[in-house]
Amino acid sequence: MPPVGTETNPLRVAIVGSGPAAFYAADHLLKHDGLHVEIDMFERLPIPYGLVRSGVAPDHHKIKSVTKKFAEVASNPRFRFYGYVEFGKDVDLSDLRRHYHQILYATGAQTDKRMGIPGEELNGSHAATEFVGWYNGHPDYRDRQFDLSQERVAIVGVGNVAVDVARILCLTPDELAVTDIASHALAALRKSRVKEVYLLGRRGPAQAAFTNPEIKELGNLAGADAIVLPEEAQLDDVSRAALEASDDRATRKKVEILQAYAAREPAGKSRQLTIRFLVSPVELIGNAAGQVVAIRLVKNALQATAAGTLSPIATDSVEELPAGLVFRSVGYRGAALPGVPFNERWGVILNEKGRVMDPETQRSVVGEYCSGWIKRGPTGVIGTNKSDSVETVNCMLEDLAEGSILHPSAPQASKMEELVRKHQPRYLSFADWLRLDEIEVNNGRAQGRPREKFTRIEDMLAAAGR
Amino acid sequence: MKIESILATKSSNVVTVRPDLSLKEAVDLMAEHNIGALIVVDEAGRPIGIISERDIIREAARTEAVFDLTVSRVMTKELITASPEDDLETVLQTMTARHFRHLPVMDRERLIGVLTIREVVEAQLDRWQGEVDTLQTQISEGQV
Ligand SMILES: Cc1cc2nc3c(=O)[nH]c(=O)nc-3n(C[C@H](O)[C@H](O)[C@H](O)COP(=O)(O)OP(=O)(O)OC[C@H]3O[C@@H](n4cnc5c(N)ncnc54)[C@H](O)[C@@H]3O)c2cc1C
Ligand SMILES: NC(=O)c1ccc[n+]([C@@H]2O[C@H](COP(=O)([O-])OP(=O)(O)OC[C@H]3O[C@@H](n4cnc5c(N)ncnc54)[C@H](OP(=O)(O)O)[C@@H]3O)[C@@H](O)[C@H]2O)c1
Repeated sequence: MPPVGTETNPLRVAIVGSGPAAFYAADHLLKHDGLHVEIDMFERLPIPYGLVRSGVAPDHHKIKSVTKKFAEVASNPRFRFYGYVEFGKDVDLSDLRRHYHQILYATGAQTDKRMGIPGEELNGSHAATEFVGWYNGHPDYRDRQFDLSQERVAIVGVGNVAVDVARILCLTPDELAVTDIASHALAALRKSRVKEVYLLGRRGPAQAAFTNPEIKELGNLAGADAIVLPEEAQLDDVSRAALEASDDRATRKKVEILQAYAAREPAGKSRQLTIRFLVSPVELIGNAAGQVVAIRLVKNALQATAAGTLSPIATDSVEELPAGLVFRSVGYRGAALPGVPFNERWGVILNEKGRVMDPETQRSVVGEYCSGWIKRGPTGVIGTNKSDSVETVNCMLEDLAEGSILHPSAPQASKMEELVRKHQPRYLSFADWLRLDEIEVNNGRAQGRPREKFTRIEDMLAAAGR
Repeated sequence: MKIESILATKSSNVVTVRPDLSLKEAVDLMAEHNIGALIVVDEAGRPIGIISERDIIREAARTEAVFDLTVSRVMTKELITASPEDDLETVLQTMTARHFRHLPVMDRERLIGVLTIREVVEAQLDRWQGEVDTLQTQISEGQV
């Protein structure tokens, strides 16, 4: 038998997930000189691309052009896509072990973090994750309801996801109508009565997690004034000293932008988007019907940790902010996969540089790897997953060179296909996706939109003739 | 970004040493694990200091029989620790400004990792590179 990775005995790799981490890993493997590799990619949804499709905001269309690169990767004859095949349901670890030399998990962060405060369960209190999935047409969130008849909305957290949510709530129907926002969301947002949106940061302007282009965009919205309270835009002494001591130009710029918002007069646009700082929610207050009506905030001061981070310390000062709709946007969280060691502390697969680790032996599990958000946690832009996946793939190549791989009993592509056909006869191929893609784009074009998304699994399957 | 995302891809096994061990034993441990510093812990496993290659070399320049000294003689006692929620950028700044090459990380009372300056710098570079890569895809798309 020739060695694994050669023409007559190709390295067989299963990749679970089809977001950026999955595609960057596939690309790096396929481009590796002299390696003969066959990649099968499994995605629980019928369609690919993970958060590029269901996370990236509809009005940030350009970002999504990265999918053209991914489609190029998928066009390699040694690549195969199995859409609507879920790991842990339609195929499991023992199936993959029988058919592949290496398995890579790139399943992202499927759930959200909680604030852990009373009232979080009230009606009208949601995770940003759900809202984002809903407006982007993720089938899991297709039928969620958000009460957009409320006039005041509070968003907890000041990361880029919080900014996305705020912006979607503030865009005018005309602005939304030229995006690929899900049609059900467009219809609901057209009727929105939201007038005031609050972004709530627990630290100061210099510590805000959002990035400069995103916060600049908020200042140029056609339908909403961006407002910062002058007293909250001023840096406290510790922040000022820390900023002066550093050469961090991006943060300086961020503070300048926010201070400029604080200094300007609102133009009287129909909505107001207020960015608050140094406040932490301590409770969501409900009415008798169990509906959230306000959010209790405690004012924070900042204190340096031993390592220098300025972290929030609650003061005695408390205020109530009326809000009928609350989104927590305090981060995503990975979900455990059946049979795969999980690190509860960080919400990631237990790993070292992408090699899955056995918690008992503290050694790496032969043939299993991870990359992307399920490896390092839910941070970073699309491109960050590239170096992350390259690190993992390099571990895979090192292990291959040392012969530390699985020994599948049926490493033939046809055998796996047989198994998938049996477990999930309605699976979609990449060619099926390209057809759906074309239909979506055509349907969108008729309305002057980049695409009109399928938002139900049944519709996707039907369109693909399943 | 917080340093927890570096810790998420690292083993939480930290190589520690007791203060009454000899430097020879400490050096053996460092060689065995291929690391540049050891966290010194008391009986309860609480960190009380750190001993690095640098500390040992500095002492070796002064003391002929350096290997017979105990760890506690040579270790740095003012131990600065981080927590997983510390910001990556601040940690990088602190480590550079104070010339730390290793930073122990505590999760409340528990020692859960040691970050090296290299890991912190790499994480920051990856972050920038990720932003550059993301932008480049958009620019090249714009030119098509
Ligand atoms: C709301 C939001 C907006 C964002 N906007 C931007 C932006 O504008 N620009 C930018 O650069 N970055 C943005 N990001 C960040 C970017 O989306 C992430 O860095 C990236 O998507 C993470 O890639 P991933 O492959 O690890 O995970 P994901 O993209 O989440 O992909 C994981 C895939 O795995 C699949 N999967 C999960 N479990 C299973 C299973 N059991 N079996 C089979 N498949 C499974 C999922 O369905 C999904 O398709 C945004 C993130 C969010 C949350
Ligand atoms: N346009 C884009 O490029 C884009 C768009 C969307 C997302 N993304 C990327 O996707 C990643 C995830 O974004 P994200 O916004 O989910 O995460 P994030 O950037 O980590 O932001 C999380 C926010 O929640 C706050 N927070 C956490 N716990 C809290 C609590 N208990 N109470 C109050 N506030 C709390 C954080 O504050 P502290 O800082 O004080 O912890 C921070 O402001 C990021 O890397 C982001 O850049 C990029």
